[in-house]
Amino acid sequence: MNDADVIVIGGGPAGIAAAVELRRAGVPRVMLLDREPQLGGATRHCSHSPFGMREFGRVYLGAAYGRRLTAEATRAGVDVRTGHSVVRLDEGGRLDIATPEGLGTLTARRILVATGARERPRAARLISGDRPVGVVTTGTLQSYVAFHGLMPFTRPLIVGSELVSLSALLTCLGHGARPVAMAEPFPQALAGAPFSWFPALARVPFHRGTELVDIRGTGRVEAATLRHGDGRLETLACDGVLLTGRFTPESALFLASPVGLDPGSAGPAVDQDGRTLDPVCFAAGNLLRAVETGGWSFREGQAVGRALARDLAADPCATAPIPVGFEEPIKLVVPSLLRPTGQKAALADFQLRVTRAVRGRLSLELDGREVWATVRQFLPERRILVPIPPAAFAAGSVRFRLRENV
Amino acid sequence: MRPATPPCATDDYDLAIIGAGVVGCAVARRFALAGAKVVVIEKGSDILSGASKANSAILHTGFDAPPDSLELELVKAGRAEYLADRESLGLSLVETGALVCAWTPEEAGRLEAIAAQGHANGVEGLTLMTASQARATVPGLSGRLVAALEVRDEHIIDPWTAPLAYLTQAVALGARLLRQAELLAGRYEGGWHLTTSAGDIRARAAVNAAGLYGDEVDRRLGFAPDFEIRPRKGQFVVLDKAAFGHVPRILLPVPTEITKGVVVCPTAFGNVLIGPTAEEQDDRVRATVEREALEALLARGAQIVPALAAIPVTAVYAGLRPATEKKHYRVTTRPEQRAITLGGIRSTGLSAALGLAQHALRLHDAFGLPARPRVDPPPVTLPNLTETGARDWQQPGHGEIVCHCELVTRREIEAAFDSTVPPGDFGGLRRRTRAGMGRCQGFYCNARLAEMSRGRLAVPLAVEDRDEA
Ligand SMILES: Cc1cc2nc3c(=O)[nH]c(=O)nc-3n(C[C@H](O)[C@H](O)[C@H](O)COP(=O)(O)OP(=O)(O)OC[C@H]3O[C@@H](n4cnc5c(N)ncnc54)[C@H](O)[C@@H]3O)c2cc1C
Ligand SMILES: Cc1cc2nc3c(=O)[nH]c(=O)nc-3n(C[C@H](O)[C@H](O)[C@H](O)COP(=O)(O)OP(=O)(O)OC[C@H]3O[C@@H](n4cnc5c(N)ncnc54)[C@H](O)[C@@H]3O)c2cc1C
Repeated sequence: MNDADVIVIGGGPAGIAAAVELRRAGVPRVMLLDREPQLGGATRHCSHSPFGMREFGRVYLGAAYGRRLTAEATRAGVDVRTGHSVVRLDEGGRLDIATPEGLGTLTARRILVATGARERPRAARLISGDRPVGVVTTGTLQSYVAFHGLMPFTRPLIVGSELVSLSALLTCLGHGARPVAMAEPFPQALAGAPFSWFPALARVPFHRGTELVDIRGTGRVEAATLRHGDGRLETLACDGVLLTGRFTPESALFLASPVGLDPGSAGPAVDQDGRTLDPVCFAAGNLLRAVETGGWSFREGQAVGRALARDLAADPCATAPIPVGFEEPIKLVVPSLLRPTGQKAALADFQLRVTRAVRGRLSLELDGREVWATVRQFLPERRILVPIPPAAFAAGSVRFRLRENV
Repeated sequence: MRPATPPCATDDYDLAIIGAGVVGCAVARRFALAGAKVVVIEKGSDILSGASKANSAILHTGFDAPPDSLELELVKAGRAEYLADRESLGLSLVETGALVCAWTPEEAGRLEAIAAQGHANGVEGLTLMTASQARATVPGLSGRLVAALEVRDEHIIDPWTAPLAYLTQAVALGARLLRQAELLAGRYEGGWHLTTSAGDIRARAAVNAAGLYGDEVDRRLGFAPDFEIRPRKGQFVVLDKAAFGHVPRILLPVPTEITKGVVVCPTAFGNVLIGPTAEEQDDRVRATVEREALEALLARGAQIVPALAAIPVTAVYAGLRPATEKKHYRVTTRPEQRAITLGGIRSTGLSAALGLAQHALRLHDAFGLPARPRVDPPPVTLPNLTETGARDWQQPGHGEIVCHCELVTRREIEAAFDSTVPPGDFGGLRRRTRAGMGRCQGFYCNARLAEMSRGRLAVPLAVEDRDEA
């Protein structure tokens, strides 16, 4: 006897939405595991960000959104278990957990993994310099503030120009820190428009095409050196470095499992229903492609939950998946697998990202024949959506091409 | 930082040790076991503030040590004692063995001489292997391998818990550790009068185990040092635990005159490290990491084990070897002033530390001081942090898991702060618990650690603590 029909790992927006949807679709036993003491995932520390407008028709700030999600899960009859760390994901619907009471193994007919994403730390970015205290990511900064009323610095240098970088700037300004500058290695701001006015309004110099090349400090950060686009070096006195964005999926469970990772997304490869290479294991939310908004993750969780409820009616899907091909400068395609099931797909669109700013022609080929194309400018970290054509499920080969400057 | 007990000027010690690196910690233990009243003077906010905080964590056999050298003798003695006292000190050992990998026919031609040297050094378990024999033990090795020499007994250990265990045992026997205490000057007048930044100390004898400052501390003690420290930096990349399965053994290059070369090596914590570089520099403080060097290490690692190319980086770090203008250990004894300098312990100090401690005690015996009754070693229990033994998160009642990547529990962190030698800075907390050392590097737990460590670290994680201090 299984411990549940479905075990959902991760109680952020995606996992909760999926669990609630599964219950609504009549699945009797849905268990939701999260390693933290509360549900909510990454929204818990986003104390100033509005969430929930589309899901709940009103705005919640950070932790309040998490509480609303928790209430939804409880009301829907989800068996919520916090303080439960999943430490190993086996094939075939088994997983190992660690709790303060000890170790255990759980089994279910299906598993849904929604463990979210995190920002890349300093080490993985190979940033040069000393390794002092005070180099943190936005998620860490916001956890200092939201959970403990602490600050890791007062005069940080902020690196990055994604949406989360603005969130980082707001958190600093709202808690008495004066960023000394913001620096983005790309020639333009990744989040676009707001960067043309927001940092200026806050009187924080914003440098594009500028790289952080050295961090100095024996105990705490004392200075950081930037290399500007023209090669000029500038050393700024600061007491911290705030690394924002450059999200990567929290895919540790897959990294260590036979399912492995998709080299593009760094999350598990999934098909149009969120099914991984192991047909009893599904995935949704930021785990799939690193960062999207909370609302997007919620809706994705809902859609995958719905598909999963349908999937439970039959044996696990035995159809061999067709891989979706692509190459540089395309960074990732989600879903990167297609399995013809004859059912409505949970993910209606292919979601693509590029590795760098490119102008060119993006096309989709089925069995070598172009069925869709667009010509435009593509920027890194921006979502590109391409509807999945029904014919793709009948094709022997599915491939994206991005030709530059045509 | 919890206030260090102020040293009392009237306190007389049998031995003052300058430096709490792995060597100083081992010396403290050896002398404490010999019944001596010991004080360890460390300028850093924690032990292992110098060379000992960053190394490859290999427990060397000495197969490639200079023949008939003091280094060879002490590596072998240190290793033997490490293995003999593993139980009572709770020391780790991951029996990986090593392969010296030859990538060209020229390198392959040198393996035989290396094996012969190893035999002459008294090391057993050396076997020449064809490429396919070697790849049978490490399937992930590149097909470009030409030949290999197996060094059966070259193993890995937890490089931070070992010295902590030595010092913990010493402190349990009454040794005193002074941190944030820099030796400023010393004069010998039938006994040592030492001036430190944390007060004055008197001791009958002194051991200089100051690593990167060995020459400088000799000078401060009034000696003309007979060596000059020339720091040699080594940078490392640590790969995600997913790499561990690809690298079950230590993969050594055929060494050159200058360095042991880039090693691809499993760690006791289940990661894989690639490094070190060997870069001469004047600076004794800054051990910076540099992108170009790290990228080159990653590329080198992927040449040796191609599957490593796809594995994410968990951490990067750098250490400084206390090298000198000569290759060998620079041990000097000055019986008239009852002083011993353990200098230039360049690249094998982790393995040789217990041997160096035995050697220091022998040299000290010649000072003619009255011998004290030996004492029984108290058992030391420090948490196991390696992946080969049981970890705290697997035992009920740990409270909660605070660091999810390395599975560090609240109970472990609290125990570290309540321990005999509690952490004095964040690096020390990481080395004692592994908290924040995993793939997310603190994205999930750093704020929590800031909260839990409030008021306890020399450089607090949260800034407001600084104003309170
Ligand atoms: C710093 C930051 C700022 C952001 N700002 C905004 C914003 O302003 N607006 C916006 O719309 N979105 C924002 N986001 C994004 C939004 O928070 C995410 O899109 C959303 O939380 C993703 O939901 P998820 O369910 O996929 O993952 P998450 O919310 O990350 O949830 C994952 C959950 O999985 C749990 N988990 C992970 N591994 C395990 C395991 N092995 N065992 C058990 N449980 C596990 C975690 O504890 C966590 O609760 C921000 C994100 C960050 C990090
Ligand atoms: C890159 C690298 C890789 C290595 N790999 C290995 C390996 O795999 N196996 C192995 O066996 N060895 C290895 N080693 C060598 C080993 O790490 C060193 O030999 C060893 O750490 C030296 O220890 P130590 O105690 O002599 O010096 P240190 O660790 O430098 O200790 C000296 C201490 O003295 C303190 N100090 C200095 N001046 C003063 C003062 N004036 N007053 C008070 N305190 C002072 C310092 O703060 C420091 O804590 C490696 C070293 C490096 C750098």
